Amino acid sequence: MARKKREVQEINAGSMADIAFLLLIFFLVTTTMDADKGINRKLPPWDDQPQDQQNLIKEKNIFTVLINSNNNLLVENEYMEISELRQACKEFIINNGLGDCDYCDGGLRNPLSSDNPSKAVVSLQNDRGTSYDMYIRVQNELVAAYEELRNELSMKRYGKPYEKLTDPELIEEIKAAFEQKISEAEPLDLGR
Amino acid sequence: MANHIKKKSKKEMPPVSTASLPDIVFMLLFFFMVTTVMREVDLKVQIRKPKATEIQKLENKSLVTYVYVGKPTGKYADKFGKESRLQLNDAFATIDDVQSFVIQEREAKDEVERKLMTVSIKADKETKMGLITDLKVQLRRAQALKINYSTNPAGSAEELYTKN
Repeated sequence: MARKKREVQEINAGSMADIAFLLLIFFLVTTTMDADKGINRKLPPWDDQPQDQQNLIKEKNIFTVLINSNNNLLVENEYMEISELRQACKEFIINNGLGDCDYCDGGLRNPLSSDNPSKAVVSLQNDRGTSYDMYIRVQNELVAAYEELRNELSMKRYGKPYEKLTDPELIEEIKAAFEQKISEAEPLDLGR
Repeated sequence: MANHIKKKSKKEMPPVSTASLPDIVFMLLFFFMVTTVMREVDLKVQIRKPKATEIQKLENKSLVTYVYVGKPTGKYADKFGKESRLQLNDAFATIDDVQSFVIQEREAKDEVERKLMTVSIKADKETKMGLITDLKVQLRRAQALKINYSTNPAGSAEELYTKN
């Protein structure tokens, strides 16, 4: 009794930790850490009467990539390994057949390949039996080809990689120089 | 000085104060609360995401609608077979349900933000493209044109060149 009068007893906060631990464990269990990441794409609007757009574009401006049901690649009518796809796609985009693209360094100027980057179209067609994994890998390579070209141009003009640019005008400029044109044709249905 | 120390050591050792322990744990708790996302649905299909290098983050979580594609897991495999199937929210769905599902999801969103809605396709890498293509046609019909193929980051590009 005499002791109590002398000092005020401290509130026991020891169980506070237990309560907080309980909450912590609850959140640890119920939540997932994975951030949502992926390849962004834009689909063309649905058209009830699909026009044959391919006919409006010159054959040489189309870079055809076919994937069959065995996940093999046929690029511009030639068998290709996926490791070569990125380089082939880059060469096609900066080919600069007309010679009116002043930033296409190292363009081969092959008259049978694309006129200039704004006319170059990548056409991707897969089979219904193609695996999703392979499809994503090919998409990844095609996107990577455009990204690398943008990076190279950005390094040359501004000495900075494309992702490090901060001025929205510059970003837009580089983006427009190598605009992604990846069109997807209706898939084939062979050998399921 | 020496006298003072001697005097102190004679006393009993005071217990270590645990009053700051809750603060530390609360700090951890808040960290986890902020950095983690609630698991929205109970996955009924097996999803092993493909790998890619050219990936972007999905910005606004509230504008993202998820579509899951994969083989039914364990207990559902007996009922629904081993073919890849679609899962929307918590239930299995057929390809014809996609359009109404997407429209419904869009209606639930704020009018100004509807255009920014993204559909994230979380598909297993073994899935055949036939199903994914059908899904894309349905999304186009529903005017959901912004899509995202959910992938895991790959260490290097070379990793993607080996077939497995």
